[in-house]
Amino acid sequence: MQWANAVVQGVILGGLYALLAAGLSLMFGVMRLVNLAHGALAIVAAYMGMVLVNETGIPPFATLLIVVPVMALAGWILQRTLLNTALNRQALAPILVTFGLAVILQNLMLELFTADNQSIDVGSLAGASIQITPNIAVGVFPLLTFVVGVAVIAGLQLYLAKTTTGRAMRATSDDREAAQLMGIDHRNIYALATAIAVGLVGLAGVFLGVRTQFNPTFGDVTLIFAFEAVIIGGLGSLWGTLWGGIILGVAQVVGAQAFPSSGVLLGHIVFLLVLAFRPTGLFPKVVNG
Amino acid sequence: MTMAPVLSVSGLHKKFGSVVTANDISFDVIQGEALGIVGPNGAGKSTLLNLIGGVVPADQGSMIFDGRDITKMASADRAKAGIGRSFQIPRPFTDMTVFENVYVGSSFAGGVRGQAGYERAYEALEVSGLLHLSEKPAGQLRLLDRKRLELARALATQPKLILLDEIAGGLTEREIPPLVETINQLRETGVTVVWIEHIVHALVSVVDRLMCMAEGRVLAIGDPHEVLRSQEVIEVYLGKTFDVDGDV
Repeated sequence: MQWANAVVQGVILGGLYALLAAGLSLMFGVMRLVNLAHGALAIVAAYMGMVLVNETGIPPFATLLIVVPVMALAGWILQRTLLNTALNRQALAPILVTFGLAVILQNLMLELFTADNQSIDVGSLAGASIQITPNIAVGVFPLLTFVVGVAVIAGLQLYLAKTTTGRAMRATSDDREAAQLMGIDHRNIYALATAIAVGLVGLAGVFLGVRTQFNPTFGDVTLIFAFEAVIIGGLGSLWGTLWGGIILGVAQVVGAQAFPSSGVLLGHIVFLLVLAFRPTGLFPKVVNG
Repeated sequence: MTMAPVLSVSGLHKKFGSVVTANDISFDVIQGEALGIVGPNGAGKSTLLNLIGGVVPADQGSMIFDGRDITKMASADRAKAGIGRSFQIPRPFTDMTVFENVYVGSSFAGGVRGQAGYERAYEALEVSGLLHLSEKPAGQLRLLDRKRLELARALATQPKLILLDEIAGGLTEREIPPLVETINQLRETGVTVVWIEHIVHALVSVVDRLMCMAEGRVLAIGDPHEVLRSQEVIEVYLGKTFDVDGDV
């Protein structure tokens, strides 16, 4: 029963990873851009949520109404100013630019908030749980995170499939030049994609900040977990990212059950195995890789 | 047909490294006419369409389209202004359906969203003979249908000027007449056509004027039969006298 519990907890942890990875997956899918500042941005959002709760006293979930739009706007500006320019240069430019941004953000946070661990207080919700079987209990907040993660992935998928701008994103992702001849301004589409991605990072960051303690360097491990979820699932595939997150979560929790101090390591090993034997990921896009 | 030029190209230059692909190209395209372009491989024909469509920027020269200077305009804005373009090697958005491929053209360059955009897209599919395949993933189309999709996508942008790059290339003799018929129907709606093609008899059956290019220059432009009789054109491109009823 311990193992069943570990799997359930792993799946639920996977929801958080999928939520964290959704924006990364979207940006890679649309622009082939690996945003190395992704984790740092999530931590910026966590601090933003924490400051809002501490300074204004608004409920933690209400901070999302401020954090998500502010992060989305920041994403839009980031793309229109730095990243569109970087994408027009050599292939490594966006990686260097986003890496630099991550370093700057991390140091700014260290300056402002010190290296102490912090968290966002949600009161009694933090400890609430639902008993599923006598041996398996699920935390209400982790479950909520999982549901939000699945909803975000499903929503993004629906957006890309059914809306006019979503279709423009897919067209631009497939063939930027041909899309331009269809009247699609890729700079706007990229800015919109990054606004959505960074807005989602804002959402994920606040959930992360509630779920776990964080400090300015926590962005690194956040980026790694999100990146692993995207790679395991298959680059450019959103449902793949959800599965990637779940597989990573299960590997970590089940791993910790087997080797108490090595759960995270087992997650990395699963990631490496996928990279070695299925470099396109477990659920690559069916058409057009 | 009025005599006002819809497109005026003057003194266009383009170099890729040391290769000159456009060398002082100047010509007008009259509103509503069909201009054919022929020339040997490497003559700079596709580059010329890329310059007009804005896929590559010009080094020098200017282009006026529909009264506006488009020389420095982004290609997406040129598409919105009314320039449609098909690629020689079809470039469908492979993981989207045929309908979605066309709908992005009608909704962005065509500027009609929602129901009106759908209708415009279905209209373009019908004209191009692709309506029955509208829900098929574009990546699964055979060559003729991919060529038709190129045409449909360009049409959906509601172009005033359509640039066709070897749209009949690679098709069988039986597949060409329906495509020519489609282009003729298109002309009847008043769309101006600039068409690059090696299948000269198909081209001559449609176009009002013919332009022959070689080494990035305009060798001759004018009445198709006169151009094809020009000694220079015969030497550089045709290799022998052209019989309008046959092929080269």
